Amino acid sequence: MRLTEAAPGARILAFGGYQPAKVVTNDDLAVSVDTTDEWIRSRVGIASRRIAGPDETVADMAAAAGGKALAASGLAASDIDLVIVATCTPEVPIPNVAASVATRLGIAAPGAYDLNAACAGFCYALGTASDAVRAGSSRYVLVIGAEKLSQWVDWTDRSTCIIFADGAGAAVVGPSDEDTGPGIGPVVWGSDGTMADKIFIQDRNSFIVQEGQAVFRWATTALHPVAKKACEQAGVDPAELAAFVPHQANLRIIEGIARRLGAPQALVADDIVHAGNTSSASIPLALSRMIERGEIGSGDPVLLLGFGAGISYAAQVITVP
Amino acid sequence: MAMTESEILSGLGEIIDEVAGVPADQVTPDKSFVDDLDIDSLSMVEIAVAAQDKFGVEIPDDQLKNLKTVQDVIDYVRGAGVSA
Repeated sequence: MRLTEAAPGARILAFGGYQPAKVVTNDDLAVSVDTTDEWIRSRVGIASRRIAGPDETVADMAAAAGGKALAASGLAASDIDLVIVATCTPEVPIPNVAASVATRLGIAAPGAYDLNAACAGFCYALGTASDAVRAGSSRYVLVIGAEKLSQWVDWTDRSTCIIFADGAGAAVVGPSDEDTGPGIGPVVWGSDGTMADKIFIQDRNSFIVQEGQAVFRWATTALHPVAKKACEQAGVDPAELAAFVPHQANLRIIEGIARRLGAPQALVADDIVHAGNTSSASIPLALSRMIERGEIGSGDPVLLLGFGAGISYAAQVITVP
Repeated sequence: MAMTESEILSGLGEIIDEVAGVPADQVTPDKSFVDDLDIDSLSMVEIAVAAQDKFGVEIPDDQLKNLKTVQDVIDYVRGAGVSA
């Protein structure tokens, strides 16, 4: 038996992000539920979020973000041979989002699958994409996180409707060479099904339910060791990180983990302020904006940490393309 | 090692100062977390986590909601056997 030729490592070539046009402010929400701008800002750190239009689908947003990442990578659509869409909010179970997105972007006949690790989805997808490139089963992978959480939110439940939002983010992953060096470190991932009842959607007629305090306690106590382990496995000291981009769940969770990470010099992503919690889209969305604004530059080491329902989590160090 | 009520109070004062920025000298037994110290439910979780590190007493979420005043936490920590 013959095996594929392996690549020495994988790296990210480009990012892309997409947010729907409609902005929903805290004051907008205060009209329909009993809350205030001050309460939302102090509890979750969100000032406004974007909500998809009624006819705008997960695939629409995924294709928009994926198209931007593909254009920024300088590759042709025909170069992509695998498309992975991390999502937990597709409109229907089949067909998957990935194959439709590939067709829309002119990517003919790639491997295509959706992956559900909830808010940890992007880091899981990036880890599997990196492994596929290294193993030689793919050369260039389009990795997308896309969510339309608004269709699973009870807009009369003030504990959740203030948090969740819509959007998509994407990355193009390809092989590294001797000049570039590896750009995606080992993934550290895990899960704990005993906490499956802390964030869930009961059935297809139900809305997302979250035990806020339990999730907050878990996130602020269990995740910084995962983040540190990802640094250790990549051989990057937290003190060398240019930025820390955790899932944009809640600004206080982000700050809590960042405090315990031991990377005071690292820029901590706070994209949640104007994006809300977009689950698997939040990390690539934050990254693409930080690159756009010049806050992080080519070659910078950045730590990613996804975490959420399952519960599941994944972290890795990447190098900014 | 047994901890006295005043040792627990001073430990709590340090925790609340760090978590919520409330000066330790304002943390007196009669104070209500919500009404007097302006501490919300998420900060209470952070206080519980820090208290576990400091006093070795776990305060689960379902107990946390019953702890309304500083004295309630002191009693809980003492009742859990720290000073026994």
